[in-house]
Amino acid sequence: MKILLNHPVREVEVKGPRRVREVLKELNLLPESVLVVRGDDLVTEDELLKDEDRIEIRPVISGG
Amino acid sequence: MRCRKCKGKAVLDIPRHHTAFCKACLTEFVCAQVERAVAEERMFTTADRVLVAVSGGKDSLSLLNILRKLGYQADAFYVDLGIGEYSRQSKEKVERYTGARGIPLYVHELKEDEGAGINDLADLVRRPTCSVCGTLKRYHFNRAAVMKGYNVLATGHNLDDEAARLLGNVLHWQEQYLEKQGPTLPDSVEGFAKKVKPLYRLAEREIAAYAIVNGIDYIVEECPNAQGAKMLLYKDILNRLESESPGTKQAFYWGFLARQKTDAQTRPSMAEHDRAVLHPCATCGQPTTGEICSYCKLMARAQKNGPAPVGS
Ligand code: SF4
Ligand SMILES: [Zn+2]
Ligand SMILES: [Zn+2]
Repeated sequence: MKILLNHPVREVEVKGPRRVREVLKELNLLPESVLVVRGDDLVTEDELLKDEDRIEIRPVISGG
Repeated sequence: MRCRKCKGKAVLDIPRHHTAFCKACLTEFVCAQVERAVAEERMFTTADRVLVAVSGGKDSLSLLNILRKLGYQADAFYVDLGIGEYSRQSKEKVERYTGARGIPLYVHELKEDEGAGINDLADLVRRPTCSVCGTLKRYHFNRAAVMKGYNVLATGHNLDDEAARLLGNVLHWQEQYLEKQGPTLPDSVEGFAKKVKPLYRLAEREIAAYAIVNGIDYIVEECPNAQGAKMLLYKDILNRLESESPGTKQAFYWGFLARQKTDAQTRPSMAEHDRAVLHPCATCGQPTTGEICSYCKLMARAQKNGPAPVGS
């Protein structure tokens, strides 16, 4: 599946199906620092992501 | 994962509260936390006029959204810092959000009123950009509120912001800053609006989730000056601790607030202290401890050093 990341904006490819929790671990991201959006919906850590899903990982931490 | 309240499909788990919520219950939870913050810290009532300092980011736009949803009189104020594409986009988000809902919006343009954007001003006075930015924003937030007839100025600072700032202040034992770190600062003297932080009970992640679930279109991009900022490092460290033991951030900041309240009974109040040390700035009239306020000092220095046509 294609995953859109921010800060900076970039795209990575991860093989599905995978749980959100595992994807975050693989990308070395803290669950407390991000939200995972599939299409337009927020998904929790136990959700299974498939190859055809459109995923965005949003950082929630801002520095201002 | 299921919503703990209604058993619908959960969209967010909140380990620090051992819970998970669906869209509707998340919105309810967030609004209830804000109501509680407003009441417990005696921030304002529906009779007060509240000016919300908005940046176009998730926190301030969500705050504006929540306060209006809860029936408060809340309007918006935006400072255009003149930081290229970032400022253009964030201003557009703010204008679009308020425009679509008919919310009154006031805009202060640094380039017009101070004669330069924040990066050029910081160069002129040879101080770190974020420190100059902080001085300017504090000054204009207060001035806008007072001049436009709002008695309360609200900012979108959340639990993560406050815990990170507290960590920074404690690490360097900046005790003089600790006192001002509460969620409510009094309007102790003429010329000061009351300052409140109604999101201090909510983690950054919960607010971002609220924004997404409620279709609030905010700027995800960061201010380019924030990269590498200390705050991000402190937040990251706190989130590592939070992941290992949920509840760490709130125990840290709320614990601090509880101690502050106990201390307050034995010391003169902040309002009394303010009244003793503050008087009008000789140049602009806003309350300050010095002869001239830090904003006016900064602008005088910029004028002296700069080719920029600095306004008043
Ligand atoms: S990161 Fe610095 S320059 Fe940018 S908005 Fe925040 S304080 Fe201002
Ligand atoms: Zn629910
Ligand atoms: Zn002044």
